[in-house]
Amino acid sequence: MALYTFPFDSSETPEHDRLGGKCTSLAIMTTAGMPVPPGFAVTTEAFDAVVNDKKLQDHIHSILKGIDLDNVADLDHGAAQIRELILTQPVPDEVYAEVHTAYNTLMELCGGEVPVAVRSSATAEDLPDASFAGQQDTYLWITGETFVLQKIRECWASLYTSRAITYRHANNIPDEGLSIAVAVQKMVNSRSSGVAMTIDPSNGDRTKIVIDSSWGLGEMVVSGEVTPDNFLLDKVMMSVVKRVISDKHEELVPTGHGSIARREVDEERRNSPSLSEEEVVGVAKLAKAAEKHYGSVQDVEWAIDADLPAGQNILLLQSRPETVWSQKQAEVKVVSSGSGIEAITKSMLSTMNRDK
Amino acid sequence: MSPKAAKSFPSPYSVKTPKGAEGWQELYPYYLVFQDNLRKQEEAKFWFCDSQHWPNVFKPFEVIGVEFASRCLGAYNTRHYIIPPANGIDFRIHMGYNYFSPVGVAPELIPDRVPHFLERAGHYFANWGELLENWRKDVLKNIEEIDSINFSKLPDMVPLADVTGGKGMDPSVQLFDDYDRLISLCYKNWERHFEFLNLGYVAYLDLFMFCKEAFPGIPDLAIAKMVMGVDSVLFRPDDELKTLADLAVKLDLTALFTGDDSAKILAAVAAAPKGAEWMSAFEKAQDPWFNYTVGNGFYGTDVYWRDNLDLPVGYISDYVTRVAKGERLHRPKDELIAERDRITEEYAAALDGEAKETFMGKLGLARVVYPYVEDHNFYIEHWTMGVFWRKVRQLGQLLTDEGFWGKAEDILYLSRDEVRPVLFDYANAWAVGTEPVGPTYWPAEIARRTKIIAALETERPAPAFNEPPAEINEPFTVMLWGITTDQVQQWLGADDSGKGGLRGMAASGGVVEGRARVIMNPDQLGELVQGEILVAPVTAPSWGPVFGKISATVTDIGGMMSHAAIVCREYGLPAVTGTGKASTTIKTGMMLRVDGTNGTVEILSK
Repeated sequence: MALYTFPFDSSETPEHDRLGGKCTSLAIMTTAGMPVPPGFAVTTEAFDAVVNDKKLQDHIHSILKGIDLDNVADLDHGAAQIRELILTQPVPDEVYAEVHTAYNTLMELCGGEVPVAVRSSATAEDLPDASFAGQQDTYLWITGETFVLQKIRECWASLYTSRAITYRHANNIPDEGLSIAVAVQKMVNSRSSGVAMTIDPSNGDRTKIVIDSSWGLGEMVVSGEVTPDNFLLDKVMMSVVKRVISDKHEELVPTGHGSIARREVDEERRNSPSLSEEEVVGVAKLAKAAEKHYGSVQDVEWAIDADLPAGQNILLLQSRPETVWSQKQAEVKVVSSGSGIEAITKSMLSTMNRDK
Repeated sequence: MSPKAAKSFPSPYSVKTPKGAEGWQELYPYYLVFQDNLRKQEEAKFWFCDSQHWPNVFKPFEVIGVEFASRCLGAYNTRHYIIPPANGIDFRIHMGYNYFSPVGVAPELIPDRVPHFLERAGHYFANWGELLENWRKDVLKNIEEIDSINFSKLPDMVPLADVTGGKGMDPSVQLFDDYDRLISLCYKNWERHFEFLNLGYVAYLDLFMFCKEAFPGIPDLAIAKMVMGVDSVLFRPDDELKTLADLAVKLDLTALFTGDDSAKILAAVAAAPKGAEWMSAFEKAQDPWFNYTVGNGFYGTDVYWRDNLDLPVGYISDYVTRVAKGERLHRPKDELIAERDRITEEYAAALDGEAKETFMGKLGLARVVYPYVEDHNFYIEHWTMGVFWRKVRQLGQLLTDEGFWGKAEDILYLSRDEVRPVLFDYANAWAVGTEPVGPTYWPAEIARRTKIIAALETERPAPAFNEPPAEINEPFTVMLWGITTDQVQQWLGADDSGKGGLRGMAASGGVVEGRARVIMNPDQLGELVQGEILVAPVTAPSWGPVFGKISATVTDIGGMMSHAAIVCREYGLPAVTGTGKASTTIKTGMMLRVDGTNGTVEILSK
């Protein structure tokens, strides 16, 4: 059992104290059948092994004590000093070795070196919430182990941004025992993507899943710039009830450096299904798992990752409750209500009327 | 739905008779062949071939099955229960194969039928259990009576006791009577066959239609799975063999189950230290479970287990080997039940209020009546017909011994109504003290008929005749034969699935890749190798033991409720039924991908 890292698909129970909020939820989703882009957490134990050094701690505390929180320049200077200490503090061999292994295992799964995102994963109220401070400690499109290790350190150091320090002060959160985990997660390389809804929006039938899918990134599906392929599945049996393959003339593709290119889809691909039979079922399973997990009808964004092996390449990007249809009564019209011989007769006759 | 306009199938009047089969019409009753003077009427109807129940050319005697079955089916719809929209299914024999044409009810007559249906069918649904018990008793009594019939040579002299007792009749009376009873008892059990079957389907269809409304696009397979039985007597014979295999391994008899000769194996087992215990279990299992055919009960040459122990003992040997290897043979009942419950719960969870109540009510009734749909097959097709054909062959043998023809099965080349005069010929010559004429007449006639039948067998039946209706949604047709509008279009060659694959009914879920083994008749079943995909015009449920060996099934004919579909669901194997042409398109050895969830078969490599 690794101490300093934790793959999201680990069979161990994810503990919030070790993984922080973000990584815990990524691990829970993965094991609940909603695989997010693969990756691993660098646990709080790793942070502790680096930062819980007596000399370093004393140094940090003395700097913190000396900061005048009302003086922005002084605060920024002190915060930068502490961050620099953390960025240069030696990393114990065993921590380095584990991160090295976890990173290389991830790259192997991706079939070579691919960009990752490095994000902090706070354990409690040590940091302002993500909507507030998220941008600071999220590093996208990071390629190469050296850079990844650097960004992990930067996440650790992000506990001591000026904003984090004043936030803790204002909320009476002690500086002792602070820790943070870090998420290292593959950047999605969308071969195909789209949305899935765990209801048939044409009639409110809750035993169906609809999937819209097109080549490349999902934005064009969401914005309606391409006509996506459309699949209707039976949610219980997981079989395709209807499929419409559309002419998908354009796609957005990641360039690998954080930018996105828009391009024409070649003749052969534009009228080919953007999902294989297995992938259609895989996406539907993902949506069904999300619905089960959250206990309500879901609207899911998903992607097929071009780098990952089949069977592990269907990724959940986002899931949120579907609010339009699930509030309404289904519009499915049931003629043959009731049971027993009267009902049988009624439905038998209605069947014949339909014949005409 | 195909974009192309529907074409028409050929008229039965324009299909060319295979060379050497000229005059085949005379082998079948006049009312079952397309008569020239009725051409206009017959061409106005759409006929489809039922090669599911009758995959092979009928010999004249074998027409009894299709006649009794189809007539009785019709009578229950038309005359017993007055099913409002449906009469019976008209049938014809053309070039040796059976063709059906459902007979609807004129719309203006339907309302008047409703109260009668409510009263009559309502009574059955309300008293299902009690009436079914009555059914079982009577069916078993009839079987027992058929079994008691014994055709034997007329004695040289009338028994003395008959003379002194003043009986005043000779044994020919009994002979004629026995023959008439044989036919009549067979007829009675075919009457019984449909007493519950049509209503069973009606209740199932009611659930089916509801599900199609409440969950538009729900796969047929899902509905079938909701009512699936797990303890059908239809699977009992195969289960018995598995239990015997388990016992053989437990009693250390494994090594004795080698070779093809059942007599040798049984002798070795009987002589073994713990063999007596196994032999007694084996004897016990035979009655009634070995009244089981590898055919389907409609052919006089269908082989029944109890008449040829090589079959069950061969299967047992196979099973013994697998049990010895540690394999678990019995069907995964717990898993089947868990799957059935999961499916039911998930659909129910999507409904509220009245709709949910309706669903549970209809499902409840369907589950009460559905076991019959599976079980009856053992009692009639297997047990009744097994005993029936044995008696027919016994009579055939008697007449062989009396010189009428060369072998017992030759009797099948006579219609059932031609056999009666033969008995008179025999009894007459016996009475008069002369030679019967039959032995000088029948051998040549049977040889002539044999040639005609053989010539007919060189051609597969045309799938249908005349112009199909624009839409086929007569529920029985769809459910039992898998004949849908799309299916008919595919037969017409208007299908444009494009991939060179086959489409059929998604009859049992799952996806499997494997090698094809094309089985055109039951004699080839021994060729099947573990893990192969069975491809056949049609399968019989009694091929039970092979379902433990194969990985998927593909058939030409059959709907969701066809026997192949039912058995595959119970065995948890993918099945695509009603493809129309799998057995002629696919060759043994091809790699296939069978998707039983979506009803497709792909040929991966030659």
